Amino acid sequence: MGELRLMKGNEALAEAAIRAGVDAYFGYPITPQSEVIEYLMAEKPEERTGMVVLQAESELAAINMVYGAAGAGKKVMTSSSSPGVSLKQEGLSYIAGAELPCVYANVVRGGPGLGTIQPSQADYFQSVKGGGHGDYKQIVLAPASVQEMADFVKLGFELAFQYRIAVLILSDGVIGQMMEKVELFEQMPRMSDDEIAEKYPWAVTGKKKGAERTIITSLDLDSRKMEEHNHHLQRKYAEIIDKEVRYELIQCDDAEYIIVAYGSSARIAQKTIQLAREKGIKVGLLRLITLFPFPNVQIQELCKRGIKGWLAVEMSAGQMVEDVMLAVNGNGKVAHYGRYGGIVHTPEEVLQALEEKIIGE
Amino acid sequence: MSTITLEDIIKPENLVYKKTELLTDNVMSYCPGCGHGTAHRITMEVIEEFDLEEKTIGIAPVGCSVLAYEFMNIDMIQAAHGRAPAVATGIKRVYPNKIVFSYQGDGDLAAIGTAETIHACNRGERIVIIFINNGIYGMTGGQMAPTTLPGMISSTSPYGRVVESMGNPLKITELVAQLPGTYFVTRQAVHTPAAVRRTKRAIKKAFENQLTNKPGLSFVEIVSNCNSGWKMTPVDSNIWMEENMFPYYPLGDIKVDGELVKQK
Repeated sequence: MGELRLMKGNEALAEAAIRAGVDAYFGYPITPQSEVIEYLMAEKPEERTGMVVLQAESELAAINMVYGAAGAGKKVMTSSSSPGVSLKQEGLSYIAGAELPCVYANVVRGGPGLGTIQPSQADYFQSVKGGGHGDYKQIVLAPASVQEMADFVKLGFELAFQYRIAVLILSDGVIGQMMEKVELFEQMPRMSDDEIAEKYPWAVTGKKKGAERTIITSLDLDSRKMEEHNHHLQRKYAEIIDKEVRYELIQCDDAEYIIVAYGSSARIAQKTIQLAREKGIKVGLLRLITLFPFPNVQIQELCKRGIKGWLAVEMSAGQMVEDVMLAVNGNGKVAHYGRYGGIVHTPEEVLQALEEKIIGE
Repeated sequence: MSTITLEDIIKPENLVYKKTELLTDNVMSYCPGCGHGTAHRITMEVIEEFDLEEKTIGIAPVGCSVLAYEFMNIDMIQAAHGRAPAVATGIKRVYPNKIVFSYQGDGDLAAIGTAETIHACNRGERIVIIFINNGIYGMTGGQMAPTTLPGMISSTSPYGRVVESMGNPLKITELVAQLPGTYFVTRQAVHTPAAVRRTKRAIKKAFENQLTNKPGLSFVEIVSNCNSGWKMTPVDSNIWMEENMFPYYPLGDIKVDGELVKQK
């Protein structure tokens, strides 16, 4: 068993970054995720593993530092919260175009604009539909516990390097700030410069004499080539949809109704299920772990089993619910429930919504 | 008398000058008469002369030199508009033993990327910034730049730059020289052979500073012409540059070995 600690979600993410052998973290403080860079600075990771931690002048600069270091083949990370993640979208679009691997976290707060520092899940569209300009995707992992804040750093880098893609750990103010028991994985080694140069021929590490130079760019003025590059990206996303869907089915075997939720809403919904079953309502939970890729096929299979209704629970005015509707595709009733603007719904409110919007009619 | 053929001329003993291997054979996308080609050449010559090819990573900007990676035969990464100093920081911090430089124009470095420029300088990143200042946005078709001179005509200041409403041209090089994080700051040109030699010496010093891990950033501004954007012949544009750009952007070293040079 690994080392057990009581930690905040943000701290677990930061500790996991050191243990995952990350080479650099570039960040900028913003509530409710500032503990990430604070923890890293206090831990002196340059002494523990040689990891670089730098406070950038802005989220823009931070994501472009990530772009540079990731382009040079290093394991690199950043994190922020909603307004700061909006600033990073330019860099993320370039990272997608240039196909660079990186992991970043968004500890979501309520918006729009400066919004509130309280938890929210209103950045779903930004996270799974692109966010920046152009046709691109990123893998989105949604932790529902402090444990997953740590574990998804490791998983995120595996996926990021396997597909040369940005992996977003889409957390929220609840998961970032709450304290839970976490089992930390063992320290992983950082790769040497020679290993990187050998393993990642796409990385800019210095051109060997007589060899071809390596170029990292998202630009091609020849539209035919750019279309081919886009085809290549879409094939990669299709492969990810095919292979990397992750989810958890909780009490769905006998369910007549299913709540779909992720992150802290999934935790709340688990209590709702308990309350509902005490009243004799057969309801299960589909907890999404990957938001992109989305479990379309799995939802369609559940529809075939005769699920009568689906309640999408999220701390937003209704974003993920659109993907649930697309997946259900008319084969069952779909409704949305969620508090937003920084308010967290209660299990009782979710139950009431289930009864009124799905069962009642 | 027999005819002299090309083969008779191209012989090692006749070789007086050779294009550096660190420039590709790609046809440059720059307008004839533009200073970018010379600036590329001397930068690559310096890297070759220091034998830094295997450890250098260059950063291309957005602007006319966005395709610098097509011409510079080294590992290159193309950055978002203005973000090259942040990209360079990211690379240099994870590879302190590699040589990292950005090559940027005035719109990129002194408008949209001002924050990245100032903060990379202020942190004293041990990188080289080569800054081409031609007072205009060349690539997008001759719009006003942060460095466009008062009264100067561009496509977005068609009646001349009015400083009261459009602001004054930004002397960012003097600005960064004031920051403790810069170690070497100079302003040069590439419009005459003598100027090219001086600029090459400056670029050499900049790379030498990084190579010997001097504490701070080396910043080389090159005031250059944009005959297309200025709507002049190459020769006229160089005369205009001497008469108008140089008085506002005087050539010479501003900071050497971390010390400001006393102005005459």
